Formats: sequence, C-alpha cells, structure tokens
Amino acid sequence: MEENLSNTNVATKEPPDGKTPVVQFDNVSISFDVKPVLQEISFSVERGQTLILLGPAGCGKSVLLKLANGLLKPDSGTICVFGKEIDKLPRREMYALRARIGMVFQESALFDSLNVEDNVAYRLHEELMPEDEAHTRVVEALKFVELETAIDKYPSELSGGMRRRVSIARAIISEPDLILYDSPTGGLDPITSTTIIELVMKQRDVSHTTSLVVTHRLQDAFVLATHRFDAASGGMKPIPKDAVGHNVDPGTRFLMLNEGNIVFNGNTEELIHSDDPWIKRYLE
Amino acid sequence: MSILSPDVFIKKQVAAVQEYSILSGRAIADIFTRPRYWADIYTQMDSIGVGSMPIIILSGFFTGCVLALQSVTALKEFGAVSMTGSLVALSMVKELGPVLTGLMVSGRNAAGMASELGSMKVTEQIDAMRALGTDPVRKLVTPRLIATVFMLFFLTIIADTAGIAGGTLVSVNMLGLNVNSYLHSSYSSLMHGDVVQGLTKPLFSGFIIATVGCFFGMRTTGGTQGVGRATTQAVVVSSVFIIVVDFLVTRLMIGIFGS
Repeated sequence: MEENLSNTNVATKEPPDGKTPVVQFDNVSISFDVKPVLQEISFSVERGQTLILLGPAGCGKSVLLKLANGLLKPDSGTICVFGKEIDKLPRREMYALRARIGMVFQESALFDSLNVEDNVAYRLHEELMPEDEAHTRVVEALKFVELETAIDKYPSELSGGMRRRVSIARAIISEPDLILYDSPTGGLDPITSTTIIELVMKQRDVSHTTSLVVTHRLQDAFVLATHRFDAASGGMKPIPKDAVGHNVDPGTRFLMLNEGNIVFNGNTEELIHSDDPWIKRYLE
Repeated sequence: MSILSPDVFIKKQVAAVQEYSILSGRAIADIFTRPRYWADIYTQMDSIGVGSMPIIILSGFFTGCVLALQSVTALKEFGAVSMTGSLVALSMVKELGPVLTGLMVSGRNAAGMASELGSMKVTEQIDAMRALGTDPVRKLVTPRLIATVFMLFFLTIIADTAGIAGGTLVSVNMLGLNVNSYLHSSYSSLMHGDVVQGLTKPLFSGFIIATVGCFFGMRTTGGTQGVGRATTQAVVVSSVFIIVVDFLVTRLMIGIFGS
C-alpha cells in the first residue's frame, strides 16, 4: 500500500476566492518542431464559468487544455491556475494542484488494466481513502453518469460512450474546482453525444464547476449554451427568454481559435451576431 | 523515413541523453521520498524476479554444461582437466552469470517495460495519470527500478549456482571427473574479489534494464508501430549497455582487487 501522498500541500487546500480567475493565459505561445501551434494567446475563465473552445481540427484546442493542466509547458507567456503560475510550480506542488482539476480525455484514457471501479476510484485510492468510503463515492459518481451497473467491467468491455461516461465519473469524483473536457463527444453518435453533453450540463448546473470544453461540434456547443439541466425531470430543457429576450446561459462563453490565434472571445449573443466573415462561415 | 541533417541528428541524440539522465535521476531521487508504491514494487518483483527464474535457471544450467564440455578439450592438451571446475566456477561467477542474467532479463523485462509503458503513452494513460495528480516516474519507473536491481542480484546468484551445477553434472557424468575434487577445485578457486565482482555487475545491469526500458516506453510516439519500435530499441540499447558496462566494471574491479 502506498504511503501517504503529498496532497497536504498548500496547492490542494486553498479554496478559490472567487475574485482571482480560475484559469488565466497571458501571451502564451507554444510550437512543436518549429511549427507554431498557439501564438500569443490571452484569456481568462472566472469561477463558475464554462468556456467552450471552438475551432477547426488542429487549431490547438487540445494543446490549450493540456497547457492549462500543466501537461505541456509553453514556450513563452504565463499560465495561472487558481492564481498560481503553473510553470514555476515545483513538480510536487504541480501534482498537488492537479488534484483540484478533473480532466476528460479525447479517447477517455481509462487505465485498461483496471476495472471501472478502480478507474473511477483512482484518485481516492491515491489519497488513501478507506475502501468502503471510496466504494460509496464511486457508486455515487457512477450514478451521476448513469452507469452504476458497469462497476465491475473493464474498459475493453465498454462502448465508446460508456467509456466517456466513466471518464467523466473519474474526473468529477474528487469534486474538482475545474474540469477540462477534451472533445467529450468526439467520435460518438448523435444520441450518445447528447447524453454526454447532458452530463457536462448537469455538472455545470448542479455543481457549478468551472469548466473548459473543447468541441468541434457546433450543435453540442449551442445546446450547452441554450439549455439548462432540469433536476425535476432529470434532463435538459431550453432556457426561457429573459427580460431582454436572451435565452442563453450567462455563464457559458465561447473562445474560437484558428491557426493558433484567438478569433473570438465572448458570450453566446456576441458570437451569434458577430460580423467577422470567418466566424460567419464557420458557424454556417 | 526522413533524412536528418547531421546537426539536427546530433541535437536529437544529445536531447535523448539529457532526457534519459533526467528520468534516471528522478527515478533514483523518488526512492528516498514519499509516497512509495510498495504494492507496485512487489508486483514488479514478482514479475521480474519470480517470472524470470525458469529462463535464468535453464540458460545458466546449460551454459555451465557447455562451458565444461568446451573447456575440457582445451585443458586436456595441457593435462589440466582437473582445473575444469575452477574454470567453470570462475567464468560463471565473474562473467557469464551476471552478463547472461542481464541479457536474458533485458530481453524479457526491458521489452516488457517498454511495451507496457509505450502502450500507456500512446493511449494517453500516462497523461491521464499525471492529470489525476500521480507522478508517472514515481508510480511506474521507480518501482521497476527498485524491483529490477533487487531481483537481478538474486537471479545472478541463481544463474551462477545453476551454471556450476550444470558444469558439475557434465564433468562428472560425461567426462568422468571426480565430484569431490571438481567441487573442491571450484570452491577453492573463487576468491572474495571474484564474488564481489560478479555481484556488483547485476546492480548496474538492473539499473540499465529498468531505466532504458522505461525511458523508451515513456517517450513512445506513433501508435502501435511506435510501441514495437520502442520495444526493439529498449532491448538493443539495454543489451549493448550491459556489455559495455560489464567491461567497465570488470576493469574497475581488476583495478581494485587485482586480476
């Protein structure tokens, strides 16, 4: 059994104060083999916000998420997460900080030699949580993604959509302060995609977790922006129009990337009414 | 395959050496700090140590047999057949036992480590581990390093014993040598320095197998083809390293204990 982790660190204990942006990119650039992937990117995500990252394939959306989690290091610029400059954090503190961030990978990235329960409980086991308590938490998380019957299965026995749901359960089990979704609906059929988007929405509206959602499916992005999770019916419902005639979620914003540059950063209404020809073409 | 200019090629090689050094340094440093993944260490010890025993016993035993058969032909010309035991024991303990064990375990476990970690790398499981707040070097590399160094030491002793047993069997049953004088010759020829030399080598080989296997696994790119390439590279590089380091350690030991 592992000895106790370094999670006693300051990085795990400080609650977000609500004033400091949860994620802040300042002039961030990164290149792979001389080819620039992101150039001078600056934006911030406030607490409770959902930022949807849109853009054509290969424009650097997934790279941006990996930078936000410290899985990649920028060539220049600074990235602050929970007010801490992650570039300058020592290795130990970086791992402690990641314990506050949940991440859903493009291909789920489940540990194929562990069953669903052990995959979902991975972080709890690392924190040396007693087995009974961890099991209860796993069942709760699997209920959230409506997959409690698959608790003993191995990833190879699950469909793509089920794997994605397990991945979401693994990301939310420790109640993170920030969730990064890397194309959570990528490669899934439309019905399964809607189920996954509903889960992302549920997490947004029930737990109010700050999140960054990478997607290349406009439909998913707009469903997220225009719908709200309805706890009574257990499904999503369109947001009714407010006094000024807006029917969008105010906490959901958009960031559009093209060829490593930000082409749009704003809310849903601004995006819909943008005059930029490239954005118009993309949205069409 | 693209052709690299010499300066790019050299830069890549230097960067690889740098990455390898950093990985090895971190793996060693993590031995002395918490958390320690004891369950993973024991699992690896079982896989590397217990799992390698059959091939180590078989290869050690038959190497001892062949050594006795081959050496007796040469020793006969000098009327020194009685020295067969001494030759087999010295060769096995000082050289063949450690090197053979290193090469066999390298083929079996460096390949296993590279392919396992390589598969995890290309399916983003290593990134997922990092994203979940676990240091993959601490969780994956350090347990393999500890387990390989620890178990290779004992595997070498087993290989030496099996080799001497094989040599004895051939010498007594096929060549008609006296068992007592054979074993006495073996035992009396082994000096303290010979044993120290033979048991120092697996510490280096174990380090090479674990770090090279994990290094190639952790830097795998290019899907399943990349996993295959990493596995091959891990076995080739670790085998060559083992032989080179064997030479260096032998020279060092001769310097310390004399020939």
